[in-house]
Amino acid sequence: MKIMVAVKRVIDYAVKIRVKPDKSGVETANVKMSMNPFCEIALEEALRLREAGHASEVLVVSMGGAQCSDTLRTALAMGADRAIHVSTSHSLFPLTVAKLLQALATSEKPNILLLGKQAIDDDANQTGQMVAGLLQWPQGTFASKVQMDKEAVGSVTVEREVDGGLETVKLQLPAVITTDLRLNQPRYASLPNIMKAKKKTITQITPEQLGVQITSDLEILEVFEPPKRKAGVIVASVDELLDKLKNEAHVI
Amino acid sequence: MWRRSKHACLRATQFAKLLFSPHLADSSYLHISTGLHLPVLLSADVQSTCNAGESTGIRIVCGVYMNWKRPLNQQFWKHWQRGLATSPGATKVFRDPRFAKLEESDMQHFQEIVGDKGVIVDSSELEVANTDWMNKYHGQSQLLLRPQTTQQVAEILKFCNSRCLAVVPQGGNTGLVGGSVPVFDEIILNLGAMKSILSFDEVSGILVCEAGCILENLDTFVGTKGFTMPLDLGAKGSCQIGGNVSTNAGGLRLLRYGSLHGNVLGLEVVLANGTVVDMLGTLRKDNTGYDLKQLFIGGEGTLGVVTKVSILTPPKLASTNVAFLACEDYESCQNALKEAKKQLGEILSAFEFIDRPALDMALCHLEGTRDPLPSKHNFYLLVETTGSNEAHDKEKLDAFLEAGMELGYFVDGTVAQDSTQAGSFWEIREGISEALVKAGAVYKYDLSVPIKSFYRIVEDLRAQLGNAAVVVAYGHLGDGNVHLNVSAPKYDEQLLAKIEPFVYEWTAACKGSVSAEHGLGFMKPHALHYSKSEEAIHLMEGFKKLLDPKGILNPYKVLPACAATSTCFVSV
Repeated sequence: MKIMVAVKRVIDYAVKIRVKPDKSGVETANVKMSMNPFCEIALEEALRLREAGHASEVLVVSMGGAQCSDTLRTALAMGADRAIHVSTSHSLFPLTVAKLLQALATSEKPNILLLGKQAIDDDANQTGQMVAGLLQWPQGTFASKVQMDKEAVGSVTVEREVDGGLETVKLQLPAVITTDLRLNQPRYASLPNIMKAKKKTITQITPEQLGVQITSDLEILEVFEPPKRKAGVIVASVDELLDKLKNEAHVI
Repeated sequence: MWRRSKHACLRATQFAKLLFSPHLADSSYLHISTGLHLPVLLSADVQSTCNAGESTGIRIVCGVYMNWKRPLNQQFWKHWQRGLATSPGATKVFRDPRFAKLEESDMQHFQEIVGDKGVIVDSSELEVANTDWMNKYHGQSQLLLRPQTTQQVAEILKFCNSRCLAVVPQGGNTGLVGGSVPVFDEIILNLGAMKSILSFDEVSGILVCEAGCILENLDTFVGTKGFTMPLDLGAKGSCQIGGNVSTNAGGLRLLRYGSLHGNVLGLEVVLANGTVVDMLGTLRKDNTGYDLKQLFIGGEGTLGVVTKVSILTPPKLASTNVAFLACEDYESCQNALKEAKKQLGEILSAFEFIDRPALDMALCHLEGTRDPLPSKHNFYLLVETTGSNEAHDKEKLDAFLEAGMELGYFVDGTVAQDSTQAGSFWEIREGISEALVKAGAVYKYDLSVPIKSFYRIVEDLRAQLGNAAVVVAYGHLGDGNVHLNVSAPKYDEQLLAKIEPFVYEWTAACKGSVSAEHGLGFMKPHALHYSKSEEAIHLMEGFKKLLDPKGILNPYKVLPACAATSTCFVSV
C-alpha cells in the first residue's frame, strides 16, 4: 500500500511576522522557513503506518519554487522513501493545489492521501476537502486518531475532533485524511537518516506535465496588521464604569 | 582536617578559658566553632558591644572563633543558630557586631529618600528576597529598598556608610553561590525598579541601560533592531544586567561573543560612601587611564553598586542551526570539539556538553521534554551555529556532521528542522539546573579545568561518593567549563565532607578555577586560595579596603578575610 503525503513550506512557527510596507503580503525575504507543523504530523502518521506494516512506501510531495527541496529533504530525513517536487513560480491557492494533487494521485495511485488540516500561513483549511471532492474519495478531516486494522483491509478508521467532541468515521480506501494537532508528536530527523536523505531521489515535475493549468482564482487585495490594542482606562467609580459601558462601549 | 583543628580548638578553649575566665558570667557559655583551616597564631582580640543581650565576642585569630552569649536558654539556641549562617556547607560565620542595627529613625530616613513605594517591610516579599534561587541560603533582612534613580542609590549608600549599616545589592536574585541574599540582617538594595533603556545606537549596536533591566527584555528590545545581547543564560527571564555585570556572567555564547570584560564599554557605579563614579563611556576604544570598570565587572557587589551599563551588542544573524549529537566516550567529545572548530570555524556559536545522568535528570523533572534520540548514549553535545547565510552555514554544518560520523566521533544525532525543535534542545540544556533543584538538594560546582581532564573529575568524584548521591556533569565544553553537580535527597554535612575539599584540591592540582563563572559569593571564599595566590588575594583585600573601608557592601562574601570577618584581622 502506498501513502502520499503533501507538505508545505511556510514561515517558521516561532518567527515574528512582519507585514511588507506596501501591504501586498507578509515579509518572507531572509525569514526562516520550515515545514508546516500539521504537515509534519501528517508525515509522522504516514511513517508510523509504514512501520506498523500497513504501508510499504511513503511518498512526499511539495509544490513551489526551488527552496521546496529543503522541505522535501527534511521529509526524506524523517524517513520518507521518495519525494516529488512540483516546480512552479506561480503563487498557489488551495483549489490549484487540490487540482495538482488530484493529477498526482491519479498517476501515483496512493491508497491514502495525508495532509495537514491547514497551513499556518493562510489557515485556509480547504485543500484536503477539495482534493477529496475532486477525486471523489471519502475524507476524514481533523484526525486525532488513525487506525488501520489488519483484519479490515481496505478501510481506515479515523477519529475526528469536531465542535461537539469526537466523531469516529470509517473510510473505504482510497481516502483523504487531514491531520490535527493531537494526532502524534513528530519525530526528530536522525543524523544517519539525514545523511541517507541526501542520496534519495527528488523527482522534478511541472504543472504542464501533470496537465493542470494554473489559474489565480484568488487575488490578495491587501494585507494589514490587526489594529493595536488600545490602552485601557482606569475608572474612578462604579457609576463611571456603568456610564462608559452604556454610552461608550454600548454593551449594556 | 577536622581532627587536627578539633585538637587546636580544644587547646584554644583551654587557653581562652584561662585568659578570660574573669570575664565570664555564671551562666555564660563558651562555644567554639571551626572557622577556616588556618595555622594557629596567638594574638587575641577582644571586642564587646554594650547593649543588653548583645554578645560579647572574643575572636582568637587562629582561624577558630569563639563566642559566648547569655543567657543559655531556648532564646539562646535560636539566637545562636541565627548568629550562625544557616546555610548548609558554609563556613560558620557570626554577625559582625560593628554593623549597626536598623532603627526607626533609619526607616524614616529611607522613606524620605525613596518614598513609600521604595521601602518594603512586608514579610512575604522579604522572605522571597531573603532566599536565593536554589533555596539553599536564607538571610534575615528586615528591610528591602527599591530605589528608582542613581541619586537615590547614592543617598542610601551615603547614609548606610555613615551609620555603618550593611547592604546587599540585589538584582534578579538568580545567583548560584548565595551572593545576592543577606547572610544576617543586611539591608537589601534591590535595583529592579531601575529598568529604563537609556539609548541604543543602531549603527554600532551600543546599548545604554539601567542596571535593573532584565536580560531577556533587553534581548527582545535589541532584537527588534536586528541585534542580540552578547550573553545568554538559562536565567535570562529573571536576571538583571547589573547583576550579570557584577558577576561577570558567562553563559552559553561566551564561546562566540567573549566575556563581559570585553563587551561592557562603560559603567556607572556608586561607591560605598555614596560617590557616583560615571564611567559610562560608549566608546569601543578608550585608553585614557586605568580601566577601572574591570574591577566592578565580577566584583560581585563588594566594591560598588552598578547602576548603569553600556554594552556592545553584536548583530543578530538570521541563520541558526542546532544539532544534538551523541558520543560513546569523552575522547570522542573532545575530538568532536576539535572538528567543530575546524569545520564550522567562525559560525560556531555554542558547544555544550551533557552527560547521561544530567539528561535523565532533565527529562525526569522538566515537563514536556523528550529524549531527542531513540536510544540511550553516554554523552551528548549540543552544537549551535549562527551565521548570515543559510545555505553557506548548512553546507558547513553538513560537512562537519559527515566528517564526524565517518570518523566515528558521534554515533547518533539529530539536527533541528525548525525553531520549535531547536528550542526543545535548548530547553533540555538550559533546564538541567532547574531539574536538579526540583530533584532535591544539590551541591553545585562550577570548575574550569583543562579540556582533557574535564570528565575525569566526574569519574573520580563518582568513585569517591559511591551510592551516596548522583553526580551529574554538563557545561560549556567549548570553554573548558564543567558544571559538576551532586544531587542528593537532602543537604547533608557528611556528604559535603566527602565532596569538599576533594573537588577543590583536584581542581587546584590541575591549576584550574574553582569557580569558572558562578563567582565566589557566600559559598566559596574559603576556596579562593585554591585558584589564586596569596599575593593576589592580598591585593584584592587592598582594593576592598580602598573602595569600601567600612566593609558595608555585601559583607561576609567573596574574599576570605571578609567571609571570616568584615574587619579583616585587627590585632591588639
